Amino acid sequence: MTTSNISWGGRSAVWGRIAGRELSTVAITFFGLLLVTFLIARVIPIDPVLAVVGDNAKADVYDAARAALGLDKPLWQQFATYVGKVFTGDLGKSVLTSNLVTDDIKRVFPATLELATLGTLIGVALGVPLGVLAAVYQGRWPDQLARLIGLFGYSVPVFWFGLMGLLLFYAKLGWVAGPGRISVAYQDFVDPITGVLVIDAALQGEWEAFRDAWSHLILPAAVLGLLSVAYISRMARSFMITELQQQYVIAARVKGMSEFRVIWRHALRNAFVPLITVIALSYAQLLEGSVLTETIFAWPGLGRYITNSLLNADMNAVLGGTLVVGAVFIGVNLLSDILGRLVDPRTR
Amino acid sequence: MTTWTDYLTTDSPSSRRQARLGQLYRQWLAFKRNPLAVAGLVIVVALLLIAAFAPLIAPHNPLAQNLDKRLLPPSAVNFFGTDSLGRDIFSRIVYGARVTLVIVLLVVITVGPVGLLIGATSGYLGGWVDRLLMRITDVFLAFPRLVLALAFVAALGPGLENAVIAIAITAWPPYARVARAETLIIRQQDYIAAVRLQGASQWRIVWKHVVPLCLPSLIVRTTLDMAGIILTAAGLGFLGLGAQPPIPEWGAMISAGREQIFDQWWVATFPGLAICVVALGFNLLGDGLRDVMDQR
Amino acid sequence: MRHVAKLLTVSAFTALMATTAMAQTPKDTVVMAKQIDDIISLDPAEVFEFSGGEVVGNVYDKLVRFDLADPSKLYGDLAEGWTISPDSKTYTFKLKPNVKFHSGNPLTAADVVYSFQRAVVLNKSPGFILTQFGLTKDNVTEMVKAVDDKTVTITVDKPYAPSFFLNCLTANVAVIVDSKLVKANEKAGDFGYEWLKQNSAGSGAYKLRAWRANEQYTLEANPDWFMGAPKVKRVVVRHVAEPASQRLLLEKGDVDYARNLSKDQLDSIKSNADIVQQVGDKGYILYLGLNQKNPNLAKPEVREALKYLVDYDSIERNIVAGTYKPHQAFLPKGFLGAIDDRPYKFDPAKAKELLAKAGLPNGFSVTMDTRSVNPITDIAQAVQANWAQAGIKLELIPGDGKQTLTKYRARTHDIYIGQWGPDYQDPHTNAETFAINENNAEDARSKTLAWRNAWDIPEMSKKTGALVFETDSDKRKAGYEAIEREHQKVSPFVIMFQQVEVAAHRKNVDGLILGPGSAANLYSTLSKN
Repeated sequence: MTTSNISWGGRSAVWGRIAGRELSTVAITFFGLLLVTFLIARVIPIDPVLAVVGDNAKADVYDAARAALGLDKPLWQQFATYVGKVFTGDLGKSVLTSNLVTDDIKRVFPATLELATLGTLIGVALGVPLGVLAAVYQGRWPDQLARLIGLFGYSVPVFWFGLMGLLLFYAKLGWVAGPGRISVAYQDFVDPITGVLVIDAALQGEWEAFRDAWSHLILPAAVLGLLSVAYISRMARSFMITELQQQYVIAARVKGMSEFRVIWRHALRNAFVPLITVIALSYAQLLEGSVLTETIFAWPGLGRYITNSLLNADMNAVLGGTLVVGAVFIGVNLLSDILGRLVDPRTR
Repeated sequence: MTTWTDYLTTDSPSSRRQARLGQLYRQWLAFKRNPLAVAGLVIVVALLLIAAFAPLIAPHNPLAQNLDKRLLPPSAVNFFGTDSLGRDIFSRIVYGARVTLVIVLLVVITVGPVGLLIGATSGYLGGWVDRLLMRITDVFLAFPRLVLALAFVAALGPGLENAVIAIAITAWPPYARVARAETLIIRQQDYIAAVRLQGASQWRIVWKHVVPLCLPSLIVRTTLDMAGIILTAAGLGFLGLGAQPPIPEWGAMISAGREQIFDQWWVATFPGLAICVVALGFNLLGDGLRDVMDQR
Repeated sequence: MRHVAKLLTVSAFTALMATTAMAQTPKDTVVMAKQIDDIISLDPAEVFEFSGGEVVGNVYDKLVRFDLADPSKLYGDLAEGWTISPDSKTYTFKLKPNVKFHSGNPLTAADVVYSFQRAVVLNKSPGFILTQFGLTKDNVTEMVKAVDDKTVTITVDKPYAPSFFLNCLTANVAVIVDSKLVKANEKAGDFGYEWLKQNSAGSGAYKLRAWRANEQYTLEANPDWFMGAPKVKRVVVRHVAEPASQRLLLEKGDVDYARNLSKDQLDSIKSNADIVQQVGDKGYILYLGLNQKNPNLAKPEVREALKYLVDYDSIERNIVAGTYKPHQAFLPKGFLGAIDDRPYKFDPAKAKELLAKAGLPNGFSVTMDTRSVNPITDIAQAVQANWAQAGIKLELIPGDGKQTLTKYRARTHDIYIGQWGPDYQDPHTNAETFAINENNAEDARSKTLAWRNAWDIPEMSKKTGALVFETDSDKRKAGYEAIEREHQKVSPFVIMFQQVEVAAHRKNVDGLILGPGSAANLYSTLSKN
């Protein structure tokens, strides 16, 4: 059965069924994610009570804190209580920051978002042209160069690359600002509107703060950008190669359309549909994969938040953070599935 | 020699073996034409040799401390300088090749078969088994990889073996996905139907017919993934939860040099370069293999 | 220029922003780079960690303070003076007149009563510092009483040494909070706990303006402080985890103080003429704890051998110079009864002799749980190399802080390399943990360091415990000295170093006081040109 045979009514019914199935799939995945996270956080031989009372507390204080965390209850009961709360939108309180986890996430997620977004933009701006060039000059030196750059992006340890970047551009050349999101002098200058510092600064016309935030942002974003350049350029290359072999490209050439127009207007436009999926996946990867970058650049983002909470067995924070990352991942995957179906009905 | 070449390149092989060898030979010829791929192969072979002959190559004992000679810059005695405990960084990197190799091999040995089996089973059987296995895969994929590995290392305790297990746990889902996708295509082929009609059991079909066909793309995937494994292992070491000190694990060495990065740049720079080169080697090799083996 | 004009109205230090270069801190603000990720609360009834202690020390005042030059001497802070009843059980404090809280409320005896009441009833981690004197949530309002507006009496359950009780009053848990303000923010009888975690209600030199966990806190000067207004209007302390980053920020002028530089950073900034280093002794003791459940470590000769097997000098010189100094007794310098004796030197030959005597001439294998932070990792590896010289094979088990600690508290380690900081400025705090283990059973309530290393010492526990009732200060001092000397010989603790706190600062800024405890790191004397 091919798409063309389905009537419009039939098609919407199919989509309805798919939507229903996807929805239940998402629900099950989320539940699994919660369960696994919960079990991991409980299995880790780190005593969560220590994060509350410290090392020197006496036994009565320790017991009270343990009871307050609900740790004296059986495991399944703890999990049930937690899941019940999640459904009402209550992610609980973080022990380490003594804030509501939702508030913490509202603060740290925009920081990661800012980093990953700029990183992806850099990745697209460099990766797409690189991939197109590689496809056009397939097998020749631009292709080899693009391949080398791409593979380098897959090969460099991001924490080391960040350190080297700091050493060169911050310590030696002084072109960019150091670790952190903004210099102390500008801290608390910008009221949080979106939580994304550069946008907030721009919205409020605080151009000095904007410049400062920007110079903090650019290096870590570039480091992340290199990772996505690798992925995006490779995928762009392979999609373009497919497109350039299509009939319409040959037809356009036969009709005497300029090569530039053929490549950049027609072939790339068609290759962009699957490429959007790739970009979305890469974006999701940057959102969740920035733990090490955030560590090196002292970036108060989600990756560091989860890691730090994990090593302190701060249950609620770990679960909340993982939920957000999982939601991003599942959302992007869903999107790419749907896009994939639109483009290539065979995979149904 | 010519007879060998003739034997390998003949258009009408007389045995199954000859056909297979001939295919391998042609793949090798294609591989050889790709300079980047050959460079990758050279790097990987060099890594193997360095790991094998570490005691002959390293000029110093990688564990010998000399606190009076700490943080010396690169010189004729210490090619890459010394670290904060006065150990020779070059020798540590040479011995670190062993650590890296052990981690990579162990992870691959664990992950490949597991991913392959789960993916092939899931793809071949379909139905609720497929759905269950894919949901599990999704859950693991939805986790940030490094955080998951970190969690498992924290749970299992430090040490190389545990780092390997932790990385393996985070690394299998993509394999399963690839294997499943391949299986979905293969299972619709006519000859599978033929085998089924002959009465072969499901397990036999998966194991004898589906798995071998998934193998090429899995080998490619594995080689390309080795770089990822090296980076994850280094990331764990960097966060202080990988190998136990004083084992010269490259990621841990970078971490140790972090404090001196602005004054004694060599402490963190050289282990990082080593990771880069080796990971790039595996990537180039895998990329070249993909071109010749996995043309679909 | 529109935005410059806008900035002027927005913030107090904006005027300078428009005129100074980017990489400078505002003139009336001192900015510090420091590791402050240990702060989980700023409620003085709960604060028990290093960084939080520093905040509370600057935001709140106490009844009594110790002399920074000689911590064994005490003087009145909020108290004008005090008297002690002949039976050593009732203390009467007379409060200074005209002290006001940040809110403008006058500080009265009622505030003292409320502060003690909430600390005892909340009973968070540092609560025991008060409850060990017999104060409970049921009797606290009877034991701590306001006689009149400016007079308070505190009664304790036993005739403790007055120095012990008064020293405990210098702890952060005994600060005086603004009862009117806190009561206004109470929720369901929580004594304002949820609110005070993130806010301040004190009378001290600074008030808390903002704190964001793992990021920074900002303090604002209290112009009406009873000791005189601080010179610097604002102190911003920013969390910077990496010492190398702290150093760069300092050298570039992005911060005025870097508070956690390590030995190598300190060495490399020595040549920078714009930067000055200052030091202060801290009470942190760096030691190895040898678990007595391990049959090899339980042998007295082995314990002694290991004390001869650490190259103290070399580690000090090469790894921790400037941040730790050699110290081998459980009481840090500056405490009543602290001793300076260092009987152990690196002596592998002697150690081998002792090992042979213990029946282990070829050494043995043992593990050590090690936090993955420097200098701990480097020290552990140096010790590992030292021990190898006597044939002892030491395996290091790296882990994150909470992970190794969890194991230590469960007594499942062999050896633990750790630090211990005193809870209050009295010898009993360290004596209790290092030399008292009243019940060595697994389910013991009191998990002192002696218990964690399964060191069963009924005799020494009794002797050490008795010293809190020794009212004669000289005898008390002599008592601790004797216990320390015995402890050095027999204990399963290889005490190696005492921490020295270093603060590196720009030349144009000065005046930070680095006292013996984190609560005595004071900002009020800061100045900036």
